Amino acid sequence: MPVLWIVLVVLAIGLAGYVLGRQRALAGVGGNASQLHSLPAYYGYNSLMFAVVPAFLVMLIWLLVQPIYVESRISTLIPDSAISESSTRSLVMSDVRRVAEGLDAAVASGAMSGDFARDLRTDLTDVRARLGEIGIALGSDVSPAVLLAAQSYRATSGTLSMAMTLVVIGLALAGLATAYVRTTPEYRARNTVEAMLLALLMLASTIAILTTVGIVFSLIFETIHFFEKYPWQSFFFSLTWRPSFEGGSDLGLLPLLWGTLYISVIALLVSVPIGLFAAIYLSEYAGPKVRAAAKPMIEILAGIPTIVYGLFALITVGPLLRDYFAEPLGLGTSSSSVMTAGIVMGIMLIPFVSSLSDDIINAVPQAMRDGSLGLGATQSETIRQVIIPAALPGIVGAILLAASRAIGETMIVVLGAGAAAKIDLNPFEAMTTVTVKIVGQLTGDTDFSSPESLVAFALGMTLFVITLGLNVFALYIVRKYREQYE
Amino acid sequence: MTDLSAVPGTAGGAKKSSILEADARTRRRNAAEARFKVYGMLAVATGVLALILLLISILSNGLSSFRQTFVTFDVPLSAETLDPNGNRNPDEMSKVSTFGYSPLILNGLKEALSARGISVDEVPDADLANIISRAAAADLRDFVLANPQVVGETLSFEFLANGRIDGFFKGRVTYESAERDSNVTPDQLRVAEAMVAADLMETRFNWGFITGPDASGQRPESAGLGVAILGSFYMMLVVLVLTLPIGVAASIYLEEFAPKNRFTDLIEVNISNLAAVPSIVFGILGLAVFINFAGLPQSAPIVGGLVLTLMTLPTIIIATRASLKSVPPSIRQAALGVGASKMQSVFHHVLPLAAPGILTGTIIGLAQALGETAPLLLIGMVAFVREYPEGLPQGLFDPASALPVQVYQWTQRSDPAFVERASGAIIVLLVFLVLMNAVAVLLRRRFERRW
Amino acid sequence: MNDMRLTERNVTSSEIKISARQVDVFYGDTHAIKKVDVAIPDKTVTAFIGPSGCGKSTFLRCLNRMNDTIDGCRVTGDILLDGEDIYDKRVDPVQLRAKVGMVFQKPNPFPKSIYDNVAYGPRIHGLARGKQELDEIVEKSLRRAAIWDEVKDRLQAPGTGLSGGQQQRLCIARAVATSPEVLLMDEPCSALDPIATAQVEELIDELRERFSVVIVTHSMQQAARVSQKTAFFHLGELVEFGDTGQIFTTPKDPRTESYITGRIG
Repeated sequence: MPVLWIVLVVLAIGLAGYVLGRQRALAGVGGNASQLHSLPAYYGYNSLMFAVVPAFLVMLIWLLVQPIYVESRISTLIPDSAISESSTRSLVMSDVRRVAEGLDAAVASGAMSGDFARDLRTDLTDVRARLGEIGIALGSDVSPAVLLAAQSYRATSGTLSMAMTLVVIGLALAGLATAYVRTTPEYRARNTVEAMLLALLMLASTIAILTTVGIVFSLIFETIHFFEKYPWQSFFFSLTWRPSFEGGSDLGLLPLLWGTLYISVIALLVSVPIGLFAAIYLSEYAGPKVRAAAKPMIEILAGIPTIVYGLFALITVGPLLRDYFAEPLGLGTSSSSVMTAGIVMGIMLIPFVSSLSDDIINAVPQAMRDGSLGLGATQSETIRQVIIPAALPGIVGAILLAASRAIGETMIVVLGAGAAAKIDLNPFEAMTTVTVKIVGQLTGDTDFSSPESLVAFALGMTLFVITLGLNVFALYIVRKYREQYE
Repeated sequence: MTDLSAVPGTAGGAKKSSILEADARTRRRNAAEARFKVYGMLAVATGVLALILLLISILSNGLSSFRQTFVTFDVPLSAETLDPNGNRNPDEMSKVSTFGYSPLILNGLKEALSARGISVDEVPDADLANIISRAAAADLRDFVLANPQVVGETLSFEFLANGRIDGFFKGRVTYESAERDSNVTPDQLRVAEAMVAADLMETRFNWGFITGPDASGQRPESAGLGVAILGSFYMMLVVLVLTLPIGVAASIYLEEFAPKNRFTDLIEVNISNLAAVPSIVFGILGLAVFINFAGLPQSAPIVGGLVLTLMTLPTIIIATRASLKSVPPSIRQAALGVGASKMQSVFHHVLPLAAPGILTGTIIGLAQALGETAPLLLIGMVAFVREYPEGLPQGLFDPASALPVQVYQWTQRSDPAFVERASGAIIVLLVFLVLMNAVAVLLRRRFERRW
Repeated sequence: MNDMRLTERNVTSSEIKISARQVDVFYGDTHAIKKVDVAIPDKTVTAFIGPSGCGKSTFLRCLNRMNDTIDGCRVTGDILLDGEDIYDKRVDPVQLRAKVGMVFQKPNPFPKSIYDNVAYGPRIHGLARGKQELDEIVEKSLRRAAIWDEVKDRLQAPGTGLSGGQQQRLCIARAVATSPEVLLMDEPCSALDPIATAQVEELIDELRERFSVVIVTHSMQQAARVSQKTAFFHLGELVEFGDTGQIFTTPKDPRTESYITGRIG
């Protein structure tokens, strides 16, 4: 039974539970709701939750575990002899899955009967041709071992899915029955419902932790795989990046890191003074009208997707810099360059720096300003000598957060910085970054067993560690700063 | 420095000076003040200018993509070529490939030109055929196979003009550039001008750009955004359905119920850090967990939606918590005071009061997700997809594109016509974003409550 | 009211330092100060008293144009400092505030060292030509604020690390360091404990030798203790102005009497 149907059946059982639970509670007191411990609806919700919640939880876990279990079982069915020199077990397994899916589709479309698909033999039928007829293209002929595994895969999956259907619906019914039996006028339905609800709320809040765990594990596992195939010393200390899919690649991190940092520094040089001065002007000088007009304009910059900035770099800023600066100065002929990406990224970060600085400047108590102005300081003296020093930790935190943004930014550098990995000082040269290479190594046809693909995970890990470090540090500083004035 | 009184503003001199005239030092300080203020104004102006420049760049490059050059003329659907067996059976007719249709179009064009008195003797046939889009033959074939009864008739058809011809009317291609371009000749441009004069060709609004599917690198003129818009829509649906309940539930727990302990701290730290993790890392997570581990299909909106959900959740949780926090404690105390349970006070009173804020936050989170590109590149959304995904829910598992990814794809193609289309796609994307933000602002204006 | 020590004091100078004529202050549409006339003598402590919200702080802030920093605040009428209109177009508030210093309700030392706090004013106004002279100004100011002995060994320690009373005296030292002619104090003791209050009050009495001091206070006892002249404000109006002894013993206006006997407040 398809998952959608199971969901609908369970929901129907839950709905029935609501009606039954409510009725039974009311019947117990002869329809006089005021004699119940809780409102009648709570008895309904109680039965509904008893029926639905455990059933769905079990289904969710089952759906997660089943493919892993089937995979590992079928994998052992494939003899080593069936795996050719150039292939790997995981590649054969993906063939198996593909054939199994093909057979499923064939049965579903009526091109094969279920029995026929189960008893199919490679020596009797050309499986590839038969599946091709109904639009399922296979890369190569199906070997007997693969077909056998695929049939076994189908059988196991089928059995397990059947079992899941039974278990889930059974659980829903059992939950309903339990709740129904327990429904008496004295039963504290509201407390039970609320306890279950609280548990669900708590479950939702743990998703954040699960996401972090997911990120860390997916990065760590593949990074370990990478370092099994490629020496870590070369990754961290080699000065060349030259992947070649025939093997013998140089996968040095340093040129990528250089490009990343160079572009980030330029972006910060653009965004920090502009963002900071804009924040100062808007919060200390501008009249209400100017503020009402200019502030949203600058904030719009923050809402524009990075792909738009990327295109802006590619079609406007890049050619502009090349034609008016790089070529006349003899510094290069490339429109994608560190400068292009840095300036555009700087523009993107202006609202980020300015809104953070704005918060921080406004957190400096008015008493500080009064104290300074009362002594006869001008406004700029007050800002430079009292407010900025007082807000300094917060501003440093904001700059660190902006730096972490710049380092992790992808689309602007993909479109504006170029793809050449080199260590150079000329800002009008095309260079590349960690994020560009993650995209480069993981898009298109990738073979997840080669170091050239796996290196992307090591790069991702590097990126994650750097940005996480910056963020934690920055948030710590900002929080410390806020506490100072609260 | 012996003459004390010559240094105005010093301890000795300041005592009896008049406040009506500024001394030199004050003038200097006021000049510094004015300079400082100018720096601030310059900074604000730079920010605003950058925004204006960005918009001008996108609009000037992209607005023309909504207009397209069309060619209209009669095409004789010769029965011998299209239906050699003569039984109008689409299955048999489908054996005729687009190569069978191309000569028909060329003949129709030639006839139309000579009927209008446009001489094309010196133009080679291949160049003449290339005035029409390369997609024309395929479009015609699809039409004929869908309507086999038209074979043998002569019908008026409207075809897209080739991207370079279209570019000529939009100013991208000129006679000078055509001299150097191997894809277009000045002769073709001359013929095209004559065709416009003869009402065979015109440039007008092109719905196909918004509704049509993508096209290959050779046919920029027929590339459209339909699949990308649908894919983005499916993803937003997934994001909305998942983030809203999970985000609200998590926020309620953290804001109203969570005890102050290490576990809660851990969640809080996690959320604030996730909000700052680079988006591409979420792409790696999606690739490793949803595709490689859970075995979900590549390029599918469901995977994109899941990745964007994880990315958007922290934003939505932060916004929701802020709006829950803005409901004053007196409301909670009032509810508790009349004997409501804590859960009832939250669900009956606090949540409805916070709802506008939550909705606003959700819409802004969705807008952010809609423009996100980098993680989608890693989960295979860059694949070239021409087929529309099916309806829901099956369509969630079909390959699709997404608006921002479509922009990226088009920037990677060599034909300059795709720059126009990428900018056009961005205009569409920005229109959606503006609409979403407008709704959010409207909601906030309408329901905002100050306590 | 039994601790009120009314002593006859000599008003040491009869020279008028600040005179206000027909001053009105508006915050947007609110009429905060109504037609106030007052003449503040030099080398005297003048106290502004009145119930909260009566406009006494607002009026004080007009005297060095601190109200300029508030959006929508408008001042009409004349306020003359040594005969010069401080709201004249040619007046630079920066220069004015160097002459008319201010101490605020809550001690607000800058997050800098004690030394830098006091040196801040002299530095921005260029009052010292060298490190040595600055050191002298700082020491002199700290001595005048009666805090030198407590901080002379830790001048580089942050000013925020001092106790409340010390912080307020530091702020007074900071204001004194620019050698102002008038010192405005906006409820300078309201955030302090009784012992610190006593120290600051003692200091105010000493400051009278050099400056014209105007103090806003919500405490009648304090006004009686430190001032020679008292102005009573009520609902934005100046009800009565005169010698402190006279105001507290034989008020002319019934509203003043009600206030000092505790019926309005």
